[in-house]
Amino acid sequence: MKLLEDILVLDFSQFLSGPSASLRMADLGARVIKIERPKIGDICRELYVSDAVINGESTIFHAINRNKESYVADLKNEDDLSEIKNLITKADVMIHNFRPDVMERHGLSYEEVKKLNPQLVYACINGYGSEGTWKVKPGQDLLLQAVSGITYLSGNKDDNPTPMGVAVADILAGTHLVQGILTALFDRFITNEGALIEVSMLESLLDFQFEVLTCFYNDGRLLPQRSLVNNGHAYIAAPYGIYKTAQGYLALAMGNIPRLGLLLQCDALKNYTKPSDWFDKRDEIKAILQDYLSNRSVHQWLALLEPADVWCAEVLDYDALMEQEGYKVLEMEQKITVGSHSLKTTRCPIKVDGQLLTSAIGAPALGEHTQSIKKEFNL
Amino acid sequence: MKLPLKGITILEFSQYLSGPCSGLRLADMGARVIKIERPGKGDAGRQLAIENLWVDESSLLFHTINRNKESVTADLKNPDDLAFVKQLIKQADVITHNFRPGVMETLGFDYASVQKINPAIIYTEISGYGKKGPWKHKPGQDLLTQAVSGLAYSSGNKHADPVPFGLAISDYLCGNQAVQAILAALIRRHKTGKGAFLELSLLESLLDFQFEFLTTYFETNQQHQRSEINNGHSLLSAPYGIYQTADGYIAVAMMPLKKLNATIQCKALEKFTEEELFKKRDEIKAILSAYFKNATTEALLQKMQVHDLWVMPVLNWNQLMESSTYQALNIEQELMVGGKRIKTTRCPIRYNKQYFLSDKPAPKLGEHTDEIKVTLVKNTQ
Repeated sequence: MKLLEDILVLDFSQFLSGPSASLRMADLGARVIKIERPKIGDICRELYVSDAVINGESTIFHAINRNKESYVADLKNEDDLSEIKNLITKADVMIHNFRPDVMERHGLSYEEVKKLNPQLVYACINGYGSEGTWKVKPGQDLLLQAVSGITYLSGNKDDNPTPMGVAVADILAGTHLVQGILTALFDRFITNEGALIEVSMLESLLDFQFEVLTCFYNDGRLLPQRSLVNNGHAYIAAPYGIYKTAQGYLALAMGNIPRLGLLLQCDALKNYTKPSDWFDKRDEIKAILQDYLSNRSVHQWLALLEPADVWCAEVLDYDALMEQEGYKVLEMEQKITVGSHSLKTTRCPIKVDGQLLTSAIGAPALGEHTQSIKKEFNL
Repeated sequence: MKLPLKGITILEFSQYLSGPCSGLRLADMGARVIKIERPGKGDAGRQLAIENLWVDESSLLFHTINRNKESVTADLKNPDDLAFVKQLIKQADVITHNFRPGVMETLGFDYASVQKINPAIIYTEISGYGKKGPWKHKPGQDLLTQAVSGLAYSSGNKHADPVPFGLAISDYLCGNQAVQAILAALIRRHKTGKGAFLELSLLESLLDFQFEFLTTYFETNQQHQRSEINNGHSLLSAPYGIYQTADGYIAVAMMPLKKLNATIQCKALEKFTEEELFKKRDEIKAILSAYFKNATTEALLQKMQVHDLWVMPVLNWNQLMESSTYQALNIEQELMVGGKRIKTTRCPIRYNKQYFLSDKPAPKLGEHTDEIKVTLVKNTQ
């Protein structure tokens, strides 16, 4: 039996945060029905990314919404709305990521829906919480990164604030939402009652920064200082960072500086015997290392460092990664079918009882399952 | 509020961040988390400090990750301690560990052995790179998994060296995914009585994190390219990125070119079409970059937000904390450790309008060993 078998999820959400949560639940065994508005559906269907399109819809839509069904309803239409309310009485979970007042207008706030189905777990994601002046601002990933302080952690000291180049606020909020939903589903066994789960993208980004924020709260509110060169983590001593070599890049995590000097035969490093200097003088140490490491290739350096169990690795791009045996053995790729098209994507990262969780079911066409779902649930 | 995971016991053999951050989340939602630590040193995270901040014998970092937990010490090579841990396993619901492959096997606590002691156990294993292949013995360290996963080519500008995320994303994400897996397994166990064997790795978590990029890569056979300047997301068109203003920085997300230009009326942008927002994004970003430098952040925000364009100021933590939104979140909570007050963040999930709060500090090494031994004897009598 799959972990979430027999769980029915109605997903009203769009773009990435909510849909990434329901994707995880689908892969763990839940049945996920996307509730989409007529004609347009989830806006992500039209969010073209680097001009890559499958069946006229964006590649990333297919990556995010595989393994789901699609049901079209116009929530402004009374018949559609009453069918949706009927469907809600059969569901275990509903998810949305609209701005706070949208579901209220349709009579689908938690208070209303709870009357229809007291066992329902009602989960929502917003950008900035439901209070404060930003509550009406768009809950968009880059904007959340911008206000959360996180852009002062990556890149070097003199760089502009540097956003993380992946939609980290969306993905983490989706991840936290699943945690809340599953906790509520578990608790429901005991209480026989549903719950309201709320996650904001801002809180998710603050939680992601919990280690460094705790530092900040307790050190007299010193702002993070990225290192001048080769920054890997604003709060960690040299050599932590990525270095350019004569060929390729080398990542060095935490390590003992004089020992590194010895292994690399870099005499200038041998004098840094005081561990506190590895932090206090990290710009100086990193500059020495960067200069020295540019003399030979990453493979030559790895040959010296890896046998000594120094924490190091070659920096790979996708072309290089795909060639690695260490990547291939993970069997991270899976094929999904979209109409007549076959598409390669990644699988769920969790292995259960020794089995990979894969699914060949592609993302649904808009409204593909409306009729069959109406029939199945007598809507 | 009765905490939803009350009654669930988790034995945490994990160290540093990945496993322990799952324990923290589950603890905040009501589980009892007992760290199983080796005598003398304990979780290696106790000795890992950032900014050289210490609370007692352990670092502030350790206190941040391990609050709301208990600690027992056990020398797994000592037969008495081994018997004690086996007794604990009998009464536990979940185990987490993040040792390198082979270590738990040597100690006799691999899944097959633990399942014999407690068939309904949910056994959760976090590795760096999985348990097969040439990388399985490599150190499962955050920056190194970022390096090999391709992630370092997503942030920063095109001609910059690879730029890592300045936070431990693989540890944090993998730990959070482990929480999802554990909760899903608890749900199945409640229905079927069946335990579960859950395996995760830092590398797979980071590949999942990049699923949009990898799917696009598989489809186009092209390595994605960061933009020349103001890179925000390599798959997205101009103007997406962070721009310097006359007095600070502004974040500009996706928006139709027409609407943008109707608002800011920048002559040099007029020659571009919506279709060129991706193909000519470097050129467009260069024009915008010069344009935004001439106005203050506040002036730009006022002008653009009126037209519903997706822009926000770029803030540091001090500036963020001045906002009414931050203050309304009540994200901070305090705890006392040995007479010293520490401020940290709370769990980000709201449950029936309530926060999960806890003022219970991280345990001293072995603080609960005796107490737990006593209750264990009581429970087995």
